Amino acid sequence: MSLRWIVFCLALLGALAPALRASAQDGPLRIEITEGVQEPMSYAVASFIPEGAAATQLAADISRVVTEDLDGTGLFASIPQAAFISSVTSFSSPIEFADWKAINARALITGAVSVAGESVTVKFRVWDVFSGEELGEGLQFAGTTAGWRRMAHKVADTVYERITGEGGYFDSRVVYVSEDGPKDARKKRLAIMDYDGANVQYLTDSRNIVLAPRFSPNGDRVLYTSFESGFPRIYVLDVANVGRRVLESEDGTMSFAPRFSPDSSKVLFSLEAGGNTDLYLMDIASGAKTRLTSAPSIETAPSYSPDGSRIVFESDRTGTRQLYVMPASGGEAVRISQGQGNYGTPVWSPRGDLIAFTKQSKGRFHIGVMKTDGSAERLLTASFLEEGPTWSPNGRVIMFTRETQGAQGKSSLYTVDITGRNLKQVRTPGGASDPSWSPLQK
Amino acid sequence: MSKFTKVLILIAGLSLAACTDAGRFDNEAPGSGAGVGTGAGTGIIEGSANDPKSPLYFQQAIGDRVLFNVDQHTLDPEAKVTLDGQASWLASNSDYNAVIEGHADEQGTREYNLALGARRANAVREYLMSKGLPASRMKTVSYGKEKPLAVCSEESCYRQNRRAVTVLQAGLNS
Repeated sequence: MSLRWIVFCLALLGALAPALRASAQDGPLRIEITEGVQEPMSYAVASFIPEGAAATQLAADISRVVTEDLDGTGLFASIPQAAFISSVTSFSSPIEFADWKAINARALITGAVSVAGESVTVKFRVWDVFSGEELGEGLQFAGTTAGWRRMAHKVADTVYERITGEGGYFDSRVVYVSEDGPKDARKKRLAIMDYDGANVQYLTDSRNIVLAPRFSPNGDRVLYTSFESGFPRIYVLDVANVGRRVLESEDGTMSFAPRFSPDSSKVLFSLEAGGNTDLYLMDIASGAKTRLTSAPSIETAPSYSPDGSRIVFESDRTGTRQLYVMPASGGEAVRISQGQGNYGTPVWSPRGDLIAFTKQSKGRFHIGVMKTDGSAERLLTASFLEEGPTWSPNGRVIMFTRETQGAQGKSSLYTVDITGRNLKQVRTPGGASDPSWSPLQK
Repeated sequence: MSKFTKVLILIAGLSLAACTDAGRFDNEAPGSGAGVGTGAGTGIIEGSANDPKSPLYFQQAIGDRVLFNVDQHTLDPEAKVTLDGQASWLASNSDYNAVIEGHADEQGTREYNLALGARRANAVREYLMSKGLPASRMKTVSYGKEKPLAVCSEESCYRQNRRAVTVLQAGLNS
């Protein structure tokens, strides 16, 4: 079975999700992510069985990454192998549920890996230990040995989806700015990596300052701002071949803070002329620009609602920085942020229900979320300096930049879930800032 | 004679017309060739900070930068004195153009600070224009918080970083 075929099946599953959810709610094995504080679900990954000696290493690696993905959510807690009573010796042998129940594993994941040349196949099953039944059907993914991590992430995404009823986020990438050197001579270059910090590749060199890359809705292109010309300009980069071109270069102006429209045909951005910054929309094919705001204040950091009908942005029109929502075609903007302090970098959740933002108040920075009308504001983090939230593909986790204080200050990427739990640093080879999370890969 | 001085002499002829306010610099008129820099016994070293025609003089004696308060882009009286000096110098040294770089301290988001730096650079540009400097001789750019001068996370550093710096560019096309 080809990977492509399996992906097609998964897409169908996604379309049927509401029905699946309803039936899954009747079963005992279920995490409701929306609930308040909860204990992570205890589960076990029986080390995937290598089918043939060539698969030994990959089977161990894939088991490990599946476990890291699930544990990393904070929703699942794996039971160490040393505690196992039973061992799974063959993918088809029956499960000794009593042995898994005895160590309090609510879910069990079994799998097998086979390798033929450059091809690798992973098959797996998810078991509801307490009911003694399989959760969903066995599934297999095929791919290349070089892409083994993606297959592990796809397994983990499937498990996550079957147990939570929501899409996962493991088979995704993050484009960000890699930072090296001291604060007053920092070298910046674009980099791309897996969501967990693996497989880092650099997309630009560090000759010019680069800022705030943003993925296209299907992850094939990246918008970013570079000082390559001496002035901030927006570039678009093709992720596959790293080809790039400048999008906007009107002399005497600066353009920055770009975002793709949900249909990928347009770019929403800030354009500065004569000291004043407003929001514009550019058609990528024709280059035609439409002005969306016209005020003497600063309008920047725009982000579309997932359906493309509205835009949330940051403005200092009242004297402090606040968040506003307006129709995608421009027009009257409604202020949504109501608390004390300054708000910036609003980003609409891919689920459409929340807006993440940076808040600066009383000398501290926070990452927070609010409903799209500004109600139910919730601050998730606090530190000396943090900014630039980006959403996981399923709208459950936020990645952002945190910079430490002082002359030795350094930027790193962190993730936190939207309940404010599970704050973690993302492993990157050096300093890192301005993350943008891709959609789930196809 | 240094390479640098030769360049000054070469372009000096072009600058005569723009030389409306040379009085501030009690020196020979540009284009007199022999007069540039050697200072007739005054001890002026060409190109150094005490050579009124030098970029170093512009940077150090006049001051190439003005500072701003938090989130502000208004010019205080001290800044205006500095910019008056810059305007005079640029008027007498029309072989130089200016790129005005706006900066912000680290206390703000990246995008907003870029926009804020642009406001600051533009405040300087408009002031210099009001003093008669043609817009065609100036460009602005904002670096936001990307290029701090001082690296501590205290107001003593932040104040130095909230700046607009007038960077001279030698150019004949003014």
